Amino acid sequence: MSAAQKVSYFGLIRNGIFGENPVFRVALSLCPAVAVTNTLKSGLLMGVAVFFVQVMANISISIVRKLIHARIRLPAYILIIGTWVTVANLLLAAYEWPIYKEIGLYVELIVAFAIILSRAELFASKNEVVPSFFDGLGMGLGFMFALGAISFVRELLGNGALLGYHVVNTHPVLLFALPMGGFFAVGLLMGFFNWIDIRFFGGHGASGAGH
Amino acid sequence: MLKLFELVVAASLVNNFVFTRYLGLCIFMGVTKKMETALGMSMTFTAVMVISAAINWVAYTFVMEPYHLEFLKILVFVAIIAGFVQSADTIMRKVSPGLYYKLGIYLALIITNCIILAVPLTIAESHYNFIQSLVFGLGSGLGFALALIIMASIREKLELADVPRPFQGLPIAFILTGLIALAFVGFSGLITL
Repeated sequence: MSAAQKVSYFGLIRNGIFGENPVFRVALSLCPAVAVTNTLKSGLLMGVAVFFVQVMANISISIVRKLIHARIRLPAYILIIGTWVTVANLLLAAYEWPIYKEIGLYVELIVAFAIILSRAELFASKNEVVPSFFDGLGMGLGFMFALGAISFVRELLGNGALLGYHVVNTHPVLLFALPMGGFFAVGLLMGFFNWIDIRFFGGHGASGAGH
Repeated sequence: MLKLFELVVAASLVNNFVFTRYLGLCIFMGVTKKMETALGMSMTFTAVMVISAAINWVAYTFVMEPYHLEFLKILVFVAIIAGFVQSADTIMRKVSPGLYYKLGIYLALIITNCIILAVPLTIAESHYNFIQSLVFGLGSGLGFALALIIMASIREKLELADVPRPFQGLPIAFILTGLIALAFVGFSGLITL
């Protein structure tokens, strides 16, 4: 990872938001992108929870990385992540109860997010604390950006509203407000970002499916 | 008996994990490119779900509830599943290398899968008894298998279709899943437990 260490901290953050955006480019942790994005507020709260867990898990795994034997590292990482998920879960339940009732199961399931474990394995276990912190920051922000974008589109088109306030006075497209509208929103946005990438940056689009 | 059958139908069709609860999408998108991997994955999943439902039910009912440790359920379930999958991996490699060669790669993916974890969490929340938990695990596994097989057969056909370039791969798969999910809404209200 000597190449990664030369990358500036700003580069790490930008990589999380654009280059390796967890949802649109790497296509991991897709469940919450579909399930909890029907309103902007729940989408953003979920983003904040993931952001918190990603940053804290990256920091703590980077601190203890030399103490963990290579053979048991995956269970150890999962337990560390699980600890932070429990913290986030209890905090959300305490302070944002109405929203928590809807997204609770998905917050608990952050522990099984491939993106958090993969950053722990690919980055935090090989780097010092400070770069790991910025990598977590970038990935967390990238995830928040993706969820924010999806829920923005869905609430605007599905309800004609943003954060619960009416902004557009036309007939909403009910399809986007329905639970399965998330699939359409994610598919269309993903295609849109691929189109930008192909059209303006000469990329190949993120055609890699899943893993 | 009828109640248990209803539970299977409810878990597999009405509350299908992929199409109505939107879980396990990473694996769903990852393994449905080929029918063969989809079949292997669905078998492994169903087996792991039933077994983990049983083990986690025992742990939750006899250890965590009496000592009021419910708030630790995420950690405990994850630890149990990770330990169980790891040992299944080791045992399979020793006892039946042929089966391990076929299904081993899926086992590794299972630890970080949200459906596998969602089953014990749902069971703990709904206070099912032991038999109900087993049946719920089985129904969820069958539902996931159904989802994988539907999607794999469509995507094999999709290989030949002329999809616009930005939508090739995942985006079109998402839109397809949305259409199937729309069809699965038809099952809602079929059974009210």
